[in-house]
Amino acid sequence: MGAQTQDPQDGRDAIVFRDAAVRRGEKVIWQHGNFAIPAGSVTAIVGTNGTGKTTMMKAELGLLPLASGSVTVLGRPAGEANRLIGYVPQSYTSDIDSNLTAEQSVLLGLTGTRFGIHPITRAQRERATQAMSFVGIADKARYRLSELSGGLRQRVAIAQAIVSDPKLLMLDEPLANLDLASQRSVAHLLARLNQELGMTIQVVAHDLNMLLPILTGAVYLLDGHPHYADMRKVLDSKLLTHLYGTNVQVVTTPQGDMFVTPSLDEPEGQPMDMHTAAEVAELHHHAHTPSMHHTDHAAPTDRSHKE
Amino acid sequence: MSHIDFSFDPNWMDTLTAPFMTNAFLAGLCIAFAAGVMGYFTIARHSTFAAHALAHIGLPGATGAVLLGLPVSLGLGAFALGGALVIGALGKRVSEREIATGTVLAFATGLGLFFARLSSSASQQMQSILFGSILTITDAQIVGFAIFDAVLLAVLAVIYRPLLFSSLDEQVAQAKGVPIGWMNVAFMAIMAGVITIAVPAVGTLLIFALVITPAAAANILAASPLKAMVVSGVICLVSIWGGLLLASMFPAPPSFVIVTISTLIWAGARAFDALRRR
Repeated sequence: MGAQTQDPQDGRDAIVFRDAAVRRGEKVIWQHGNFAIPAGSVTAIVGTNGTGKTTMMKAELGLLPLASGSVTVLGRPAGEANRLIGYVPQSYTSDIDSNLTAEQSVLLGLTGTRFGIHPITRAQRERATQAMSFVGIADKARYRLSELSGGLRQRVAIAQAIVSDPKLLMLDEPLANLDLASQRSVAHLLARLNQELGMTIQVVAHDLNMLLPILTGAVYLLDGHPHYADMRKVLDSKLLTHLYGTNVQVVTTPQGDMFVTPSLDEPEGQPMDMHTAAEVAELHHHAHTPSMHHTDHAAPTDRSHKE
Repeated sequence: MSHIDFSFDPNWMDTLTAPFMTNAFLAGLCIAFAAGVMGYFTIARHSTFAAHALAHIGLPGATGAVLLGLPVSLGLGAFALGGALVIGALGKRVSEREIATGTVLAFATGLGLFFARLSSSASQQMQSILFGSILTITDAQIVGFAIFDAVLLAVLAVIYRPLLFSSLDEQVAQAKGVPIGWMNVAFMAIMAGVITIAVPAVGTLLIFALVITPAAAANILAASPLKAMVVSGVICLVSIWGGLLLASMFPAPPSFVIVTISTLIWAGARAFDALRRR
């Protein structure tokens, strides 16, 4: 924590994909990933169920091998800079059969990887307290995780991830299973982590609405390829409609916020894909050969697998 | 129907000071330490059923050893360790797969019965393997238990935090570089050892009440892993020593009294927790 120091990653790309592909068995989950996400950004990984959003995060953490290409994170091959990454998986809501308190859980973010006997130092305890204060759970330090609500447990997980001063924070569906107020405050917290501590943030999300005000860009998984785009480009109703396979509209409200709303008046029997081939080609900015492109589109069943 | 006598035994002090009782108390101390520490991790890792199954996987090893004229503990330990390494190598998720675990458990129990039927001496030992016989523990077993406890302490001193981290959230621990595969194998292997030393006390069928139940009660009463391990070890010790004491006063099998005390403490902790939360 503490004052924002000069980040050596400033002005550089936090995550770089070069023709990256991930396969599970015979099945290609996604391929031809070619993009760079700038440091200091707040990005979402977007896509329908089963397009490989969590898979992408795991590939960035080096937990899943690439079938081809490369992924560079914070200037190092994926998996080698994990010390500088805070990771909050989706499982924080699962049953907790442990009696750990919030503070003990956060401390594991500092001490959990160390073999041997290491009593917790005063400095470590202070850092844990700072992390908990930042996410707003300092008063819950002595509560057991099992006594906390889903929203508070999510904050404990974020505190555990940020206690080691990461440059990059990755969260898998941080807003899922939270009520609206908690979703809003988690989004606000992510914005503060980005602005006050200079963390690059990446979020897997199936619902963009609550994150829209803080996002600078998005990686969208479309037709088996990951793409990165500036937020203004992603907020295109045609692209979003194609992306989600359902009718989506973009609305600009008087407050300036833009909302992505699935319209309820979708006529029966209307084809799901509202794009012409030319439009799809225009929306994609592939760096690979058209023949490869064609093969990908020939396998629409790829999208039905479980993430 | 024979007459059942539940009357108080006035010569209980003589029973209590007999040499076999000294061994039983010492064994209780060794078992309480190991079970207290590992019970916590077993619950934190959602592996209680897998731990229970290990005892049953050990059963054919135990009766098979008798068949071959080998020590019961050797066969039990070998089978439990083999089962532990397979479950451990398959990953933490597998230990949560209740149907596969339950099926293997049932098969192993059946196999244990089959081996027991092949020889009369194994048949005789069957009851003490299933329900324990803490009063027949030998000096050599005590030495073995003490060595195991020392090894357990040394190993845990090294892997304590990574094991705890991977128990709490395996995905984050993995991302941070904890070798979760090794943690899982280490955990299951240690568990096999704990079961091998705890089975002589209460047997394969009642082991859950001695390894898991005290840890569950301790989780309610103590709010940190280390405290919970200490409390769990104390509950385990109270159960075994209390069981031995009561079993020498009244004619009841020690295993029965031990699991009864453990269960009552757990029920008391649950009741206390329910009252506290109101």
